[in-house]
Amino acid sequence: MLLVSDLSYRHSESFALEEIHLEIKKGEIVSLIGPNGSGKSTLLRIISHLLQPMVGMVLLDGKEIQTLGRKALAQKLAMLPQIQNHTIDITVRELVEFGRNPHKRWFQSLDGEDERIIQWALEVTNLQAYEYRFLQSLSGGERQRAWIAMAIAQRPDILLLDEPTTYLDIAHQLEVMELVRMLNEQFGMTIVMVLHDINQAAQYSDRIVALKDGHIRYDGDTKKVICKAMFQEIFDIDVEIYYDRHKPFFVPIRKKQDFVVSS
Amino acid sequence: MAEMPLNKQHAIVAEKEHPYKKRRIGTFVFLLVAIVLISLYSIITGSVKLSLQEVWEGLSGAKDSMLHTIVWDLRLPRTIVGIIVGMCLAVSGTIMQGVMKNPLADPGIIGVSSGAALMAVIITILLPKYILLLPIAAFIGGFLTAMLIYALAWQGGASVERIILVGVAVNAVIGASMSAIMLLYSDRVQAVLPWMAGVIDGATMDQAKLLLIYGIPALILSLFAIKHIRILHLGDDVAKLLGHHVERSRFFLIVVSTLLAGIAVSVSGLIGFIGLVIPHILRMIVGHDDRFVLPLSALGGGMFLVLADTIARSWFDPIELPVGLLLSFLGGPFFLYILHKRGKVRAFS
Repeated sequence: MLLVSDLSYRHSESFALEEIHLEIKKGEIVSLIGPNGSGKSTLLRIISHLLQPMVGMVLLDGKEIQTLGRKALAQKLAMLPQIQNHTIDITVRELVEFGRNPHKRWFQSLDGEDERIIQWALEVTNLQAYEYRFLQSLSGGERQRAWIAMAIAQRPDILLLDEPTTYLDIAHQLEVMELVRMLNEQFGMTIVMVLHDINQAAQYSDRIVALKDGHIRYDGDTKKVICKAMFQEIFDIDVEIYYDRHKPFFVPIRKKQDFVVSS
Repeated sequence: MAEMPLNKQHAIVAEKEHPYKKRRIGTFVFLLVAIVLISLYSIITGSVKLSLQEVWEGLSGAKDSMLHTIVWDLRLPRTIVGIIVGMCLAVSGTIMQGVMKNPLADPGIIGVSSGAALMAVIITILLPKYILLLPIAAFIGGFLTAMLIYALAWQGGASVERIILVGVAVNAVIGASMSAIMLLYSDRVQAVLPWMAGVIDGATMDQAKLLLIYGIPALILSLFAIKHIRILHLGDDVAKLLGHHVERSRFFLIVVSTLLAGIAVSVSGLIGFIGLVIPHILRMIVGHDDRFVLPLSALGGGMFLVLADTIARSWFDPIELPVGLLLSFLGGPFFLYILHKRGKVRAFS
């Protein structure tokens, strides 16, 4: 449903995405991993039309997103950027209402259908009791769920998440990841996310794409990509791979020389 | 040991409506009543004190009576001009703060005041025979300066930071030009001083009608700004992701704010503080939602300017203070007081 073809983007001398080719199929959960500065977030921002590629294009359902227009794109694709405005003084409900914006002409106000979708989004994210609470008064995890509620109120086919669990404690991280999985399983939403925690990526995604220095180095089934060679090549670390209920996870191997203490 | 709730959700009581709802309704009713009462107060106050009955007679009575002249030709126009100018200033400030995402922003940032002031200085000092064109010239000066700053700030998009920085540079040049003219023609400076201090005197009914004709549509236009301010508040990225055209709205908001400030400046000269203080106080009471702050600022600004003008012209008899001067005198300390109080009461912020 989403096709990134022969895409290049240059931000500065030292950073560029080159020859990116990526196809996302309907109903997949895909995680982008890679070291800092590898271009994962930039790729996500190009796919969501926040950045313009220099060469190549992004096709959504066969149509180029540039020509589609922002509004039409927002009806099909929602994204949660990494840094949101935390100081904003609005209630959860007001935030979720914004999710209906792409479906409204400038003179239209919210109708019964919108109300139904807003209630659905609040219910799915388990925020009904927080409807009239200010965003600022929520915990980090609840706030993240509120932003997700806004994104899903757009009723997108595809949801992009840029490091949705960063800055959250482990319980809230799992809550967000479970929510993402539920959106995928129950509502068939295609998910593309940037994750720093590779074990989380391995646990929750069907497919993993590993980037380094602006190139896609690995792209495939989670079990295939999570391997010693990948960690060696992408992150320059040695790991041990284990399996738990058919899902791979890794543990880094300590380098002995790092811990030599002269006495 | 007391039983702990298993889940946080059991501990919280779900609120059924917006926590500020009652405050918002209360503030609206208060301002509506206040603007009516203060308008009446401004009409009965002056060198000739009127009773309410005399006001009524003046409004409805014979055209050649003295009461009719006082009410229709002197007091009412001034009150109308005060309301509309106050509304324009407060709403213009609200929009500018929204678009700049800075609570201290006012139309001065984008050069409306300096551009208008330069034109006023040029007309009154260099071209005094065109003095009747002053309002329109001031408006054009303000508007063109704002557009110049916006254009100079443009670099594939006009970021807030660039607008502010370019504004500082352009305002400096205009300020210097103004000082130069005033120094070179220091004998003629007198004429422009009241305008620089901000005055609403000598308003005639025709002027008031004219102001209603272009002020009201501009204020109605500002209601369309609300949606744009709210969505820009989410941040440029989120606004774009919601299908919003960020640059287009920013331009629209700056034009509307400039229009309103230009209208106010052209009529009354440089009246500061209303655009800054009124939205600020209202945000402390009703929260940051511009669906409420903007219309309430209109009421608050209108009410406040009429009140200040009435005080400025009647309490210091025999002299009439320019209202802008009074506002700056009172507004400064009042603002400090509010900031001080706000530091203590965190519930407001």
